[in-house]
Amino acid sequence: MKQKLGRWLIPVVGGLAFVYLLVPIAYIFAFSFNDAGRTNLEWRGFTWDNWANPCGAPAVCESLANSIQVGVVATVFATALGTCIAIGLVRYRFRFRNLTDVLIILPLATPEVVLGASLLAQFLNLGWELGYGTIVISHVVFCMSFVIVTVRARVSSLDPRLEEAAADLYASPRTTFWKVTFPLLIPGIVAAALLSFAMSFDDFIITNFNSGNYQTFPKFIYVAATRGIPAQANVIGSAMFLLALIVVIIGQVMAHRKRKALEQAQ
Amino acid sequence: MSTSLASEPTQAGNGRTSEGADLHLNKITKRFAEFHAVQELSLTIPSGTFFALLGPSGCGKSTTLRMIAGLEAPSSGSISIGGQDVTGLPSHQRPVNTVFQSYALFPHMTVLENVAFGLKRKKDRKAMEKARQGLEMVELGHLASRKPAQLSGGQQQRVALARALVNRPQVLLLDEPLGALDMKLRRQMQMELKGIQTEVGLTFIHVTHDQEEAMTMADIVAVMNGGRIEQMGPPRELYELPRTAFVANFLGKSNLMRGVVKASHDGVLDVEVAETEVHVLAERAVTHEGEIVVGVRPEKIHLSRNAGDEPTHSNELSGTVIDASFTGTTTEYLVDVPGVGRIGTFAQNRGEQPADVGDTVYLSWDTSHSFGLAGDEQVAAGVNAT
Amino acid sequence: MSSPVMTKEGKVRDLRSKEEIRAERRKGRTGVYLVLPGLLVLVLFFALPVVVLLAMSLYTRPPGAEIGQFVPALQFSNYATVLGAYWPELMRSFGFALIATTLALIIGYPMAYLVAVRLRERKLLQGILLVLLIAPFFSSFILRTQSWKQILADEGFVAQTLKAVGLLASDGHLTATAFAVVAGLTYNFLPFMVLPIYANLERLDTRLLEAAGDLYASPLTTFRKVTLPLSAPGVFAGTLLTFIPAAGDYVNAALLGNNRNTTMIGQVIDSRFFRVIDYPGAAALSFVLMVSILILVTVYIRKFGTKDLM
Repeated sequence: MKQKLGRWLIPVVGGLAFVYLLVPIAYIFAFSFNDAGRTNLEWRGFTWDNWANPCGAPAVCESLANSIQVGVVATVFATALGTCIAIGLVRYRFRFRNLTDVLIILPLATPEVVLGASLLAQFLNLGWELGYGTIVISHVVFCMSFVIVTVRARVSSLDPRLEEAAADLYASPRTTFWKVTFPLLIPGIVAAALLSFAMSFDDFIITNFNSGNYQTFPKFIYVAATRGIPAQANVIGSAMFLLALIVVIIGQVMAHRKRKALEQAQ
Repeated sequence: MSTSLASEPTQAGNGRTSEGADLHLNKITKRFAEFHAVQELSLTIPSGTFFALLGPSGCGKSTTLRMIAGLEAPSSGSISIGGQDVTGLPSHQRPVNTVFQSYALFPHMTVLENVAFGLKRKKDRKAMEKARQGLEMVELGHLASRKPAQLSGGQQQRVALARALVNRPQVLLLDEPLGALDMKLRRQMQMELKGIQTEVGLTFIHVTHDQEEAMTMADIVAVMNGGRIEQMGPPRELYELPRTAFVANFLGKSNLMRGVVKASHDGVLDVEVAETEVHVLAERAVTHEGEIVVGVRPEKIHLSRNAGDEPTHSNELSGTVIDASFTGTTTEYLVDVPGVGRIGTFAQNRGEQPADVGDTVYLSWDTSHSFGLAGDEQVAAGVNAT
Repeated sequence: MSSPVMTKEGKVRDLRSKEEIRAERRKGRTGVYLVLPGLLVLVLFFALPVVVLLAMSLYTRPPGAEIGQFVPALQFSNYATVLGAYWPELMRSFGFALIATTLALIIGYPMAYLVAVRLRERKLLQGILLVLLIAPFFSSFILRTQSWKQILADEGFVAQTLKAVGLLASDGHLTATAFAVVAGLTYNFLPFMVLPIYANLERLDTRLLEAAGDLYASPLTTFRKVTLPLSAPGVFAGTLLTFIPAAGDYVNAALLGNNRNTTMIGQVIDSRFFRVIDYPGAAALSFVLMVSILILVTVYIRKFGTKDLM
């Protein structure tokens, strides 16, 4: 009896937790078909209109485009800088190593509201105008720590013998990096970049402190929440969710196929 | 201990002209923090030799190999290959290639790309062609487009070998390359490796802790212990005439007995061991007077229930059988000799059982099989080293 | 790596060879080049801003100055003022964050275990569930929080049902309560709890569980004595990654709470900055929040931590 309970407990609790996680998304998806008019609070009937014309509500698509742009630029910088730091920290010994370690961990241990406030204080102090530039900088800062942690795990698990083998086979340090180290780090770097984009795309608090009048998608929804979110926002939310789902599932299926092929080859 | 090689160089092993180069290590030392991994090691390895560095783990053999490959810089001393000093040369500029213990095949490249890697770095125009030939040599041509993860351990090992060999390095380093294989495959690969070395005539330096592997494959074996070379020479010489207790125990088994030299005549030392006299040829003894450790290999001992069973044997001890274990081709005996300790020997299985546990037996051997070690040697040195 | 060694005479002598020193220098230089650009960004836009924030928290408003005008000073009483006024919000934030972290652990561990261990052999399903953990990030957490508000609304299905079965008083609410805020926090930071535990459990050798079972441990004992201790680093990272952002969050409190007894410190900092234009007060509160979290985290690490948690 006890054995049976143990066997079922995990899938049931875990499964319910997944339902909990997905309920709001189902709700968002359902209400993206609501013939809502101005406020999308209660169900008024089914329509395709919102999906047919997602940019119908003013500022929805504009803020989305802004968010994507910020996300991409911040991710490129955060990934490049973070990857270099991760490799440097694992593979090399140098003087400021401990300081660097602390400076990476601290942003992770700092709540967003403090990060946002301190950056705002800095920008006010420098007299910089808040907007696109300040958002990108603040996103690079908080995404970089996540990139470093992700890539560092990958670098640590990389067998140093592979790099030694390359050096042994006449590859200069530069060639060794581009032919061996970097290709093997790509999965980690891609994962870090995806995480970075997701964090940037979904960030509200830090953005709110440092964006001035620049509109991002989360900011738009937060402001709209007080007077009713247009159904088009649900369309965008659902579409982004589905897009992410499809992209990663395709990746998973391909990896699955490859694994199967590999098993068969052996 | 001086380790300059006395025996005949270049011709070792095969009669073909060699492509390899002489390797000289001049007093190299490697310190890691407080610990000396290698201490003032001097060594000359003639070109074309199959050379084995044999020793237990932590003896400094792998560190020595890594210094030759350029993966580790020596704390002092110098290394030269073919007369050229390579001490300051980074790994990728040395005419040396390594077969790594874990193979270290690049997982993101195909087998062929792996093998062609070194040739491409050297801007060899026929890189792909030579890589293919290299794969054919190790009989893996049909797996060229596979990824390393799709190969078995033995196949990966061959790819690693081909990847190093196609570059025709002046020295090929093998860092326990057979360690991960099972026994049967291991023996097979030993034969193949030896065959390939004979064929290409390169200088091979093989690091291993398996004494049987070292003896079957190498022309010259150097036994390392505690960062130093204990003894070096052809396998048979090392086995028949060990110069230290460590070599005597690590390379095969030995029976070592403490004694005192009583007299010396006609090139023979008379040694008193536990109120009995045994004999050692003076030329086979490290010391000629005072305390001495006398050794004899188990298979050289004749075991009998009767005294004087082998009239030509001028050494005889008697004791009680305390253990007899049947291993198939032989039966191994452990005999307790009063005042000496336990002596191991074995007898071929020819039908009759020469003795049982509890029997009093006589152990005899020919004087030419005794060897003498320094009196201050630890009798148990290297017994359990792996 | 060999290092300078103290000789008997007490002098430090560098025993390294030319080659060793050269190799180390070369490695050191490359390392610095790799780290420097990112480090510069962190110094300029993390370390320095924190110092600026600290300075700003001590600014004072001269008499007769306009709103938003402050001059550098060392007015430590700013701290006493804001702490006196907002102590309850600060404590509430940590309380809410603690409850949310505990709930997220209780919900998140079985999720991580299900995906990492139970579905180990079913790679495709495992992959899909893993995606479902990450994908919500893309549907905007504010949108999701807002949907919770609508799902739990007074006229909504959930509240009506609870009222019908008598679990909720007929004039009770689900939204605009502390319950809703904590539920929202738990919900929003759940993936941060699950992913590190998942990453840890994925490496769990299930033969250890069989071995424990073989040695007469019941499933519960096996979990307590083997699985849980082995996954401790994941749990540790997960709790930190949940607690820290939850303590500073204000979106959940703003959308799901009321303005009376659910206000969190993040809301206060935001309104001090943007509505009241009290930069020193906001900066002081931010600094208090940062330092208290650092202290809590340090104590936590000392008590339970492993060094290589991140």
